[in-house]
Amino acid sequence: MHNTATIGEDRRAGGESQRPGGESRGKGESRRLDIEAIRKDFPILETTVYGYPLVYLDNAATTQKPLAVLNAMDEYYRTINSNVHRGVHYLSQRATDAVEAARVTLADFINARHAYEVIFTRGTTESINLVAACFGKKFLQEGDSILVSGMEHHSNIVPWQMICEEKKATLKVIPIDENGELILDGLDEVLRGGVKLVAFNYVSNALGTINPAREIIAAAHRHGIPVLLDAAQAIQHMAVDVQDLDVDFLAFSSHKLYGPTGIGILYGKEEWLNQLPPYQGGGEMIKTVTFARTTYNDLPFKFEAGTPDMAGMIGLGAAVRYVQELGLDNIQHAEHELMGYALDVLREIKGFRLIGNVDAGHRAGVISFLVGNIHPFDMGEILDQQGIAVRTGHHCAQPIMDRYCIPGTVRASLAVYNTPAEMDRLAAGIRKAVTLLG
Amino acid sequence: MTIQETQDEIIDDFEVFGDWMDKYEHIIQMGKELPLIDPQYKTEDNLIKGCQSKVWLHAEYRDGNLYFTADSDAAITKGLVSMVIQVLSGHTPEQITGAEIYFIDAIGLRNHLSSTRSNGLLSMLKQIKLYALAFQAKSLQSKL
Ligand SMILES: Cc1ncc(COP(=O)(O)O)c(C=O)c1O
Repeated sequence: MHNTATIGEDRRAGGESQRPGGESRGKGESRRLDIEAIRKDFPILETTVYGYPLVYLDNAATTQKPLAVLNAMDEYYRTINSNVHRGVHYLSQRATDAVEAARVTLADFINARHAYEVIFTRGTTESINLVAACFGKKFLQEGDSILVSGMEHHSNIVPWQMICEEKKATLKVIPIDENGELILDGLDEVLRGGVKLVAFNYVSNALGTINPAREIIAAAHRHGIPVLLDAAQAIQHMAVDVQDLDVDFLAFSSHKLYGPTGIGILYGKEEWLNQLPPYQGGGEMIKTVTFARTTYNDLPFKFEAGTPDMAGMIGLGAAVRYVQELGLDNIQHAEHELMGYALDVLREIKGFRLIGNVDAGHRAGVISFLVGNIHPFDMGEILDQQGIAVRTGHHCAQPIMDRYCIPGTVRASLAVYNTPAEMDRLAAGIRKAVTLLG
Repeated sequence: MTIQETQDEIIDDFEVFGDWMDKYEHIIQMGKELPLIDPQYKTEDNLIKGCQSKVWLHAEYRDGNLYFTADSDAAITKGLVSMVIQVLSGHTPEQITGAEIYFIDAIGLRNHLSSTRSNGLLSMLKQIKLYALAFQAKSLQSKL
């Protein structure tokens, strides 16, 4: 698996057959996943909480890690740890090969045309900050605007607000309806009015809505406007193909994709990345340095200043291979079924109120809800007492909570290792909370 | 009863609960006995913003002692607020600023005191101490 990355090779030319894990992204050949076998890959799922077996339903915050990831990182430190892209020596070359192989795996995973269009960052947040800062610096002027949606994570609001403030530009917002879907009627009109970039999430972390990414990207492109897609909540639930979407920038985090924390990806089309100035200065991102002048390195290194998180890159590569072996289409199918089952059992609870789209086909990963007048924080605590981990609050998406005039929600979020029995535990746990708090 | 005695009594009360359900039932019941804040004081100024649950707090200074009324939008927080007020209300500012609140930890609700969980309770304890400090300073001044 540790093939050397040939940065600069046109990976399309290699044909479709190179995908690791032998899984094709193709339709049709879906396989039923053995969830009990998958659970054995995740040691932490055997945890007992206050005497109950853990039910982990906070996967949108972060997923658990399979042995394949833990072992790959352990092995990196045990066998090839050394600094990359610098040394002439054996270990350094092995480490460099391994991280560049991880880059190729990632490029493959999202079907990037070139591996060098894949930049390693600290995560979604840093990826978005990078684009906001560098794109803003180069292209944003007084009176321009950036367009985001009304259901963004704070990570896809605040970086834009900051650069807009600096450049005296404005932040515009695509509104959302009661069903938790974007209202796209006036989109063309808005795009005509000085929008320089559109940034929105593929899947909402607070509502689970799957947004019509293709449609929005095509609309933006009709006006010559580039798009950044926040795929933090999509990448673990469905196949994402950057060429098919024709998206200009894509951001996601490793830790929500069964990989380690502290690492993530920014994909950018070559033509865009080449136009952006560097983000941070330091080692690795330079070609030559004199006190008079520095010339910058080529992609992807131009955006990777300093010693990177080698173990993280390798861990993320292993996570992606793990997901590819299961097959994202199979994962999507299994999670979709589970989502349907969960909604069925939860709807039987008196006072259960789903926040967002009621159609299971338009949502992924996340079930955001309230029950009667019970405060989400109280519900979360009583569920916790029963070993059920959920998230409560505004989920870093305060504008949506304001939109619904609620202080927050309880959020149960799914991963491939969750089971119908766990949905039953959740429903029973909620019923217990209702008897206590209702 | 001193601040310490009230806390010890609360801890004793909780010892009898074998089951976490009983414990929470009791906390929620305590919330119903909270001396509620007069609606006129339920203002933005008296709102203590935690990350998740809201707490409103009002302090009154009478005959050398501080008395508190409060409310919360979350039932468990409200129960804890009620207990904190039962412990601290009716004591002098000096006693309150010097008090160590250990009962929340002892009854197994440490979560509520962690700043990461940052609900209203921790902020409320800070606010109570601030009130006490302010009144302490005032009463010192008036003695001068
Ligand atoms: C939609 C969305 N965008 C961005 C982020 C931020 O990701 P990270 O904290 O890993 O940078 C999250 C994570 O909660 C998210 O759900």
